[in-house]
Amino acid sequence: MAKAHSAKSQPVKAAQAYGERIDTVEIDATGIETKELNDRLRDLMQAGAVKVVLRNVCGQRYIGTRLYSPERKKMDIEIFGTPGNDLAAFLFGHKIRVHGNAQDGVGNTMDAGEIVVEGRAGDVLGFSMRGGKIFVRDSVGYRTALHMKEYEDKRPVLVIGGTSQDFLGEYMAGGIVILLGLDNKPHKGNFLGTGMHGGVIYLRGSVDKTQVGSQVEISPLDEMDKEIIDRYVSEFIERFPDLKLNKEEVLKGDFIRLSPRSKRPYGKLYAY
Amino acid sequence: MKSFVFPEFQIIRDEEKCGQCRGCERQCAFGTHRYDPVQDRLISDEYKCAGCQRCVVFCPKDAIIVRPTPSFYRPNASWSREKLEDLKKQAETGGVILTGCGNDKPFRIYWDHIVLNASQVTNPSIDPLREPMELRTFLGSKPDLIDMKAKNGDVEIETKIGPNLMVETPILFSAMSYGAISYNAFRSLATAACKSGTFFNTGEGGLPKEMRDEFGKCAIVQVASGRFGIDAEYLNCAAAVEIKVGQGAKPGIGGHLPGEKVSPAVAATRMIPAGTDAISPAPHHDIYSIEDLSMLIYALKEATNYEKPISVKIAAVHNFAAIASGIVRAGADIIAIDGLRGGTGAAPKVIRDNVGIPIELAISSLDQRLRNEGIRNRASIIAAGGIRCSADVIKAIALGADAVYIGSAALIAMGCNLCQKCYTGKCNWGICTQDPRLSGRLNIEIASQRLSNLIHAWSHEISEMLGGMGINALESLRGNRDHLRGIGLYEWELEVLGIKGAGE
Repeated sequence: MAKAHSAKSQPVKAAQAYGERIDTVEIDATGIETKELNDRLRDLMQAGAVKVVLRNVCGQRYIGTRLYSPERKKMDIEIFGTPGNDLAAFLFGHKIRVHGNAQDGVGNTMDAGEIVVEGRAGDVLGFSMRGGKIFVRDSVGYRTALHMKEYEDKRPVLVIGGTSQDFLGEYMAGGIVILLGLDNKPHKGNFLGTGMHGGVIYLRGSVDKTQVGSQVEISPLDEMDKEIIDRYVSEFIERFPDLKLNKEEVLKGDFIRLSPRSKRPYGKLYAY
Repeated sequence: MKSFVFPEFQIIRDEEKCGQCRGCERQCAFGTHRYDPVQDRLISDEYKCAGCQRCVVFCPKDAIIVRPTPSFYRPNASWSREKLEDLKKQAETGGVILTGCGNDKPFRIYWDHIVLNASQVTNPSIDPLREPMELRTFLGSKPDLIDMKAKNGDVEIETKIGPNLMVETPILFSAMSYGAISYNAFRSLATAACKSGTFFNTGEGGLPKEMRDEFGKCAIVQVASGRFGIDAEYLNCAAAVEIKVGQGAKPGIGGHLPGEKVSPAVAATRMIPAGTDAISPAPHHDIYSIEDLSMLIYALKEATNYEKPISVKIAAVHNFAAIASGIVRAGADIIAIDGLRGGTGAAPKVIRDNVGIPIELAISSLDQRLRNEGIRNRASIIAAGGIRCSADVIKAIALGADAVYIGSAALIAMGCNLCQKCYTGKCNWGICTQDPRLSGRLNIEIASQRLSNLIHAWSHEISEMLGGMGINALESLRGNRDHLRGIGLYEWELEVLGIKGAGE
């Protein structure tokens, strides 16, 4: 394992000079500013690193954001510590795993890839997400999955082990959100799916009608819903082996489906 | 329900001249004209007429006149015809009145109350045909100080300067999205921008993939609250990225492209299913504060490897200068401000006509505010909303703008007559429609040529006016309000504009 220290991209160049393959690189993020950390990640991606482990991350923002390459290079990033806001914003196909909690704006306008958070995440998670998957072990904050959207085979998926605060799936236009409510307590978020006009939210556990936006229909699952939930519950369990979840147990819970009443919620607003 | 609104226009067809070619019938997507075989003549349903003048221009015999109807409601200074009719329409439908284009109400147009200076005897005027004139403008953040070093007779700039857009003339095409306007109109703007050394703005409808290689370098791509068609590739193919917060025609509200306009191609560009409404929420729901905005600005800088200037577009409203100061401090390289008369493809009329402030006042108060705070160099100002001619451009620059965006003016160059029916999607001029039969009417080569001609003509006029003032670089006029005088303005207006009255 090559170790990256202070000077920018030096170990990478050194490694290349000796013809060494840089599969996994480790960076100690202590005291490194956001921009510098992301400079290094970008250099590593350009140099062909396939896996980067970031240790002692503490509030550095936009990790994963600067990893666009026309060749669509892909990297695995493991984060130890607490990454800052906008983790993986505009993510372009990379995989990120956070061993800890995440802050606000995880996966903002994310395009493709996967984010796994072994803990909680803050507000506006998956905002305008348009592809890829996010798995959060515990609960998330306010305004999750806002204006998530889908197009053809690009269908974002968000699976949350716990629950969410208010405004989950507001303006949602596509994609799949699953709240597993693993603590088996009633969901407390209000205004769920306000302005929703596409996509689907599955909730395990109960929710009162007053908590749900007026544009949203609450219905039981059909066979296709069950298939979807089955698939993503399996993927969730795979990603968090430490939870030692029993799939049967999880699936046994009461699931409901929230979906938009209309794809044109504002269709009749105007006098022509 | 019988409508109590009578037609807005009267259509007069000169039967002597009419050759019954039925061209007018084919030209009108609103279905105004129809050939009646029984009477063997063309008849018109005036209720359907939008007043776009397409049939008038394309009648080979010049046989048609479309004019405001002479029918009237009893004149009433309070209850204008428009007020009466809008009210009736709402009584009939219970809906919000939609409209297109910019505010058409008689708010004072300050451009027409400002006059320019010219040199006489001293500081002689310059002839742009004979001497070089510098209209080239750099848009983006400039450093507070520049360190230079002389090396072997050459001067080297040592300070690292952030990314700037270089425009050959201070006129850019305003944000108009593919979806709101047709592909041909969108591509015409792109073609003309590249040809004229300036930029077009994609609006929030994305940039079709096949256009990215050729036109990305002249594109300012927008990130708006709907986040349509945005991925790292879209951001990185462009010259600059603009966060759209507000629009002059509809400050404070979002927008939505009705499902009818979301054709398969529009859907592919916006990355949403065809036929669904494309809804842009009123705010960006990840931006509730200047700090949040800063977070998005830097997210975009990160996503584009700090290689592109980031612009933030806001509508000019009360106290906006204080907000704009926050935006500059949040890291924006360019601030675009859109005034009261800015255009739109669709907006509730009540918002378009009543919200916001005129761009002229906005430019000077913003420029002054940033100067007072010592941060004017950190961001360029692009002014938009109601620029109609080269004189408006040069006055905007003298008031403190770095460049202007033109939207309506560009559409007019392509054929638009401001009939304000953009929201119907039936634009007979092929501009504001997704109907292939209609958009095919707009020839990209011709339309882009008309746009380039406009830019060329205005640029030359700007050079003439500059030369007349004895100035040979636009940079010397920027914020140079001494070259402006007001006529027929109140004291407070002169004060906000920062100019003297004529004769002073």
